[in-house]
Amino acid sequence: MYKVKVYVTLRESVLDPQGKAVMSSLHKMGQSEVEDVRIGKYLELTLQKGDYNLDEKIVNMCSKLLSNPVIEDYRYEVEEVVAQ
Amino acid sequence: MKFAVIVFPGSNCDTDMYHAVKDELGAEVEYVWHDATNLNQFDGILLPGGFSYGDYLRSGAIAQFSNVMTEVVKAAREGKPVLGVCNGFQILLETGLLPGAMRRNESLKFICQPEELVVENTSTIFTTQYEKGEVISVPVAHGEGNYYCDKDTLQQLKANNQIVFTYRNNPNGSVENIAGITNEEGNVLGMMPHPERAVDELLGSKDGLKLFQSIVKSWRERYVAAK
Repeated sequence: MYKVKVYVTLRESVLDPQGKAVMSSLHKMGQSEVEDVRIGKYLELTLQKGDYNLDEKIVNMCSKLLSNPVIEDYRYEVEEVVAQ
Repeated sequence: MKFAVIVFPGSNCDTDMYHAVKDELGAEVEYVWHDATNLNQFDGILLPGGFSYGDYLRSGAIAQFSNVMTEVVKAAREGKPVLGVCNGFQILLETGLLPGAMRRNESLKFICQPEELVVENTSTIFTTQYEKGEVISVPVAHGEGNYYCDKDTLQQLKANNQIVFTYRNNPNGSVENIAGITNEEGNVLGMMPHPERAVDELLGSKDGLKLFQSIVKSWRERYVAAK
């Protein structure tokens, strides 16, 4: 089995109003070193191994559903896990 | 002319849309559930507002893979009028029938109030009954109506006259005050404000009714008068 960890964030060029609000709260609690906050989503997919190209499959899922390429970027990590 | 109001789990403006078409416009209309696999009998498709599939992942993201959306795409390609309001607009963006995407409102607040819209383009099948530059009052109700597209897309929207409605006092931070756009062909309109909630003076405005009347008029000119 594969465990795929997908991270989705707003693109650098897109303003993240939630991140901005959180940053100003962090500043209010005295964390003045914080320069930027970006809020995103984290997804964990568990996949059966098979006769397929894993990267192709993940890219397909990420670009068609898990992220919206107009405003979001994604990256992912793959771990091999033993089925329980 | 017969309209379909598409109903997803979580749609909540479907009844308003149905009422606007049936009682105020006086046209035929039916509810169509999201798992329907055929829209051939309908001449116009209406995607209502709400929170389809709970807005899971992103607004409109899950709806794009429902059975009925395959049919909506087909209807759009055939040139049938397709109107998406609020969550319906978000679904059209996620499906790729319209360019761009929605972000959270700049204020991070859910906004629910009447808005003044400027009718920018009166040559679409949705707006022939308006005057160019006419200011109309239509309510908005959304948390994610902050329309975004990149510069190239914006240029295309302008060059093809696809920007149909803009806000006079932008409530959500959308690019170029955009409130509603069409596709390049002009038969698919997405807008955040709710014309179906502005069809009777009792509701505070009936400025939205002309949008529905425009659709019917264009359809009659094309299909009835031609016969």
